[in-house]
Amino acid sequence: MSIEIKVKDKVNKEAENNFSENSFVKPLKDFFEEMTLLTKFAFRFFKEVVKPPYEFNEFVKQSYLIGYKSFPLVAITGLIMGLVLTIQSRPTLAQFGAESWLPAMVAVSIVREIGPVITALIFAGKVGSGIGAELASMKVTEQIDAMEVSGINPFKYLVVTRIISATFMLPILVVAANAISLYGAYIGVNIEGNVSFLLFFSQVFEKLSFTDVFPAIIKTFFFGFAVALISCYKGYNSNKGTEGVGKAANSAVVFSSLLIFILDMVAVQLTSLFSK
Amino acid sequence: METIVAEINNLKKSFGNNDVLKDISLKIKKGENLVVLGKSGSGKSVLIKCLVGLIEPDEGKVVLLGENIPELKIEKLNLLRKKVGFLFQSAALYDSMTVRENLEFPLRDLKSKPKKEIDQLVEEALRNVGLEDVIDKMPSELSGGMRKRVGLARTLILKPEIILYDEPTTGLDPITSKEISNLILDIQKKYNTASIIITHDMECARITANRMVILKNGTLITEGTFKELSESKDEWIHSFFK
Repeated sequence: MSIEIKVKDKVNKEAENNFSENSFVKPLKDFFEEMTLLTKFAFRFFKEVVKPPYEFNEFVKQSYLIGYKSFPLVAITGLIMGLVLTIQSRPTLAQFGAESWLPAMVAVSIVREIGPVITALIFAGKVGSGIGAELASMKVTEQIDAMEVSGINPFKYLVVTRIISATFMLPILVVAANAISLYGAYIGVNIEGNVSFLLFFSQVFEKLSFTDVFPAIIKTFFFGFAVALISCYKGYNSNKGTEGVGKAANSAVVFSSLLIFILDMVAVQLTSLFSK
Repeated sequence: METIVAEINNLKKSFGNNDVLKDISLKIKKGENLVVLGKSGSGKSVLIKCLVGLIEPDEGKVVLLGENIPELKIEKLNLLRKKVGFLFQSAALYDSMTVRENLEFPLRDLKSKPKKEIDQLVEEALRNVGLEDVIDKMPSELSGGMRKRVGLARTLILKPEIILYDEPTTGLDPITSKEISNLILDIQKKYNTASIIITHDMECARITANRMVILKNGTLITEGTFKELSESKDEWIHSFFK
């Protein structure tokens, strides 16, 4: 009888341990471990970025791949974004007899929020997954080890260059996307109306102020940095063979997108705080 | 007196509860080909990765060309690594670069050298492995054997004093395996390099080995020439040679 009770107690205790370990403690522990490693990775970046030698050629190459190669996708998305936003907003504004406000309203929405966030999300999908998968496959096929045994610092060559390129390329892409998006809005306005190019853009720039444009551009530097940092971290620390390549690409996009929204929330709070 | 180029003393390495290397001691002389034989998962690759500082040992001394690797700062270690060649099991060619760029990559620090001289070094390295005509191809356009040869050419370009081969013939057909093994021998004769060759290909071991050691469960259990070990009375050792 006592043996039966002891066995039952043991089983209950194990089940309790497993429950707490699997359902609550372990994911939390994993999360904090991951955050610690990511912070260390970021610190390593800031340490390596100032130390010579500087990989200028690789920085130019990555800027071309990350920036120039992403332009067509960002441009098409921007055009559609402006067009759709204008077409969707017109009926609501018409209800209030405020159709003439359409160019200004669309411009403020695009420049302040939609342009930076949508472009950053597209960027995370294209560039983030690319960086995550590329670095992870380099890790799996021992290419990163090969670089290390050649006496070359792979972190500086692969990670630092990609992070700097992404940080500077995303703001440029956002400015381009905003401009194309506004052109899309101009087309959208003229589907049902007849507004000249000059009138449309004079209304747009009349309503846009420094506090609309400047903080929106500044936050895109942080978006670009966050996307590249997360993607490089996921790729560089990938394991589990080819399965790890898919996981790295996937988690690079998921976590970068999440971080874009978190940073955006912080940026909006800070902007409203300072513009009071 | 024979020069010792690499010396390992009481090397220990564990991953979690798994003791991969238990008290390994080994010496490699200049110009010698040392073959490390052992079953898959016996810690052979971990051993050579400890030698170049890719894996940090838990205990023990790893002296390479007179320097204790675990104590070296990264800048010094990188300088030392220029004198060591490493041929990876998968050749580890950089996918995004042509064969020429792959070979030029380890020469990046020699900025003072004129372009013509670097081109000559690349061509010479490819000539040594009999692959001058693939210079502008991408790694994805090469066969497994060609990739290994290009990997070997990249290893040779800095004229290393020691070369570490991680299963150089794995995944190759017997004819190509023999060609790679003969190439390893030619390199030893031409440059008088010391080599550690990790393998379980007995034909490769027969062709290349001056001396062999066998690794079992993280411990070196025996040492000798190919002939001595092939005549071993130990059933387990003998099973490699059947």
